[in-house]
Amino acid sequence: MKLKTILLAGAMSVMAGGAWASCSYENEVPLKSLTAGFEAWKAVTDAMAECGNFSASLDQEFREKQPEAFAANPSLYQIGGVANETMIPLLNAGTIRPLDDLVEKYGQDLLPNQLIKVDGKVMAIAMMVNAQHLMYRNDILADLGIEEPKTYDDVLAAAAKIKEAGVMEYPIGGTYKTGWNLAQEFVNMYMGEGGEFLGEGNAPSINNEKGVKALETMKAMTEFMDPEYLVSDSTYVQQQFQQGKIAMANLWASRAAAMNDEAESQVVGKVTMASAPMGSVRPSTTIWWDGIVLATNMSDEEADAAFRLVMEGIDGDMVSANNDTAVWLNAAYQPGELAAGAAASAENGAGAYPASAAMGVLHSALGNGLADYLTGAKDAETTLADIEAAYITAAKEAGLISN
Amino acid sequence: MNFRTFAAFVGPSVFMMLLFIAFPLVSVFKQSFYITQPIYETVEVETCTPGFLTQTCTTEEVSQPKLDEHGEVITRTEYVGLQSYLNVLEPERAWRAITNGEWNVLSTIDFWKALRFTVTFTLITLPLVVGCGLGIAVLINNAAKSIKGPVIFVSLLPFIITPLIGVLSINWLFRGDGILTATMEWWLQRDIALFAQAWTIEILMMLYRVWHVAPFAAIVFYAGLQTVNQDSLESAVIDGATRWQRMKYIVVPHLMPLIIFVSMIHLMDAFRTFEEVVGFSSQGYVISLQWLTYDFLVPDQAGNRSISRASASAMLTMIGIVILLIFPLRRTWRDHKGGH
Repeated sequence: MKLKTILLAGAMSVMAGGAWASCSYENEVPLKSLTAGFEAWKAVTDAMAECGNFSASLDQEFREKQPEAFAANPSLYQIGGVANETMIPLLNAGTIRPLDDLVEKYGQDLLPNQLIKVDGKVMAIAMMVNAQHLMYRNDILADLGIEEPKTYDDVLAAAAKIKEAGVMEYPIGGTYKTGWNLAQEFVNMYMGEGGEFLGEGNAPSINNEKGVKALETMKAMTEFMDPEYLVSDSTYVQQQFQQGKIAMANLWASRAAAMNDEAESQVVGKVTMASAPMGSVRPSTTIWWDGIVLATNMSDEEADAAFRLVMEGIDGDMVSANNDTAVWLNAAYQPGELAAGAAASAENGAGAYPASAAMGVLHSALGNGLADYLTGAKDAETTLADIEAAYITAAKEAGLISN
Repeated sequence: MNFRTFAAFVGPSVFMMLLFIAFPLVSVFKQSFYITQPIYETVEVETCTPGFLTQTCTTEEVSQPKLDEHGEVITRTEYVGLQSYLNVLEPERAWRAITNGEWNVLSTIDFWKALRFTVTFTLITLPLVVGCGLGIAVLINNAAKSIKGPVIFVSLLPFIITPLIGVLSINWLFRGDGILTATMEWWLQRDIALFAQAWTIEILMMLYRVWHVAPFAAIVFYAGLQTVNQDSLESAVIDGATRWQRMKYIVVPHLMPLIIFVSMIHLMDAFRTFEEVVGFSSQGYVISLQWLTYDFLVPDQAGNRSISRASASAMLTMIGIVILLIFPLRRTWRDHKGGH
């Protein structure tokens, strides 16, 4: 009996070893990467590690380390993982290299929409997209005869009905944690209203009717949220869903798989992914991409090896093996029900997050200033005016607005 | 001790203090008067990002920092005088709010909001820490010899726990459906949301701070209690003094230097409160001066940080501590002079 177990374990490890060697070539050049630490990056870097001579740093604080690490000569990491906004500092400092020739050499399998182009040059290869979209409990809405909410008015009406029926006291969840999350909610709403964040010479332009409308919608939503919404981040909302405490939320597509995780979730199969609710102009959400950049400060041989390794890491095999981990940009990706929300939002015309150095400053100012409106300390116009003032102070200090 | 020996003993410590305390302090002081920023130019750039099936390309004007021939960002450092201090203090807005008598407006300006909380937090926790510390010390002192060790150990526990972990555990106990909130809800038969308004958060923060620091005060006072003159206590008992009177007229005056010492340490620590804000993620309602400095320092997604304002607010925090310490220091100085 014991021998059999040992033999079986041996066989398993041989099989695992076989899987380990699934890379199509052997990498000879030592390479390192610095990326964020979520599940999709783990899948990609694991696939890259199969080729050997590669070590990955998965670090949620990557954005603080990346600019300095890439500015070193030679760069401390050859491969970096970035998103819309985190690419900006690297791009501005000139520490990431154009990839056009490498794409030509190794990038036959890339889809055209994976190429992130700045000024005509390919600067990054996107591997996945992420967006906040509506998730709702299909069983509860069906019981009460509520149609799938298409706009925020629908969402609010549905929430009122659910509360009235006594099903839940707080039917809505939201990533309203003060700081980055709260600002992101405003960005979503304001984009949905078709607003522009910055005008001529990086002047702020959020104090207008669209901004007020966005704030009012946010406040209306909070009436149906657990009163501690200012401390609720993505993980908290995800848990509220999993524990059956909320019926609707505008949540990240990357959290969708957790709803059907039987180990954690009590609502397996009961959560439907739908398009982000429509604002006046387009869906109230922003599309984010995550992708890979290569450092400027390394030899061309290293860059060649690094790009080849990246292509191996984000190839169809990896995507097929981790299909539900993310909304992959890959021909092999099978969009399932979990990706339906992100896809529907994009089809309805959701915009990309308007990343820029100035937007980074505005995002921080929004994150710090919005809570005053939601707690009732200020009215909408004052809140927006104060945020603009805070933005101008910070932008002047950063040199983005001339004095 | 001759001077050479003295210098040999003190030298390394003075050197370390200069290197690790004085020098950074001077550097922060200097930075608060300068602004370093990249030189931006406006360029028109076409950017393509992935849509779901196709690509979206937009052409827009963006600000890009200029690079020199080595590919380094060109920066410019400029003397701005007190501008960063003004940016932190926002004196015009604050003065307008004060002259209009609008205290609620004043309390929405970051610095004044932080100052208001930091000062109330410091001053309210101070007597509580001293009081609780004294109470625990007397308790330990009166405990039977056999259980003294365990009692000291247990009462020291809160002080041993890493502050951030302590705050987080209190946060989790009371957050949303945390164990204690759920129990209170079950007991009172009503919904309780302790993290939905400022004052409940502030009370939790103060409770945490007192719980965390009282053991330190207690252990200092306990040491002091060992040196109380037993003869005075005995004669007081013979004179018919009650327990309370003995405490008030003999023990407390004897411990006074220690009480001032503990108060000073606490004033310095509490004025730099930080873990509470981070651990409770209370930024939406309550912020402290130290947190404000931290917030200026944290880079946003695009990598910008406000070093100058951070330096200015750090200097202001230090000035605040110095002002608070003047009172106990003056008293100590008077006692010191009187004693000789």
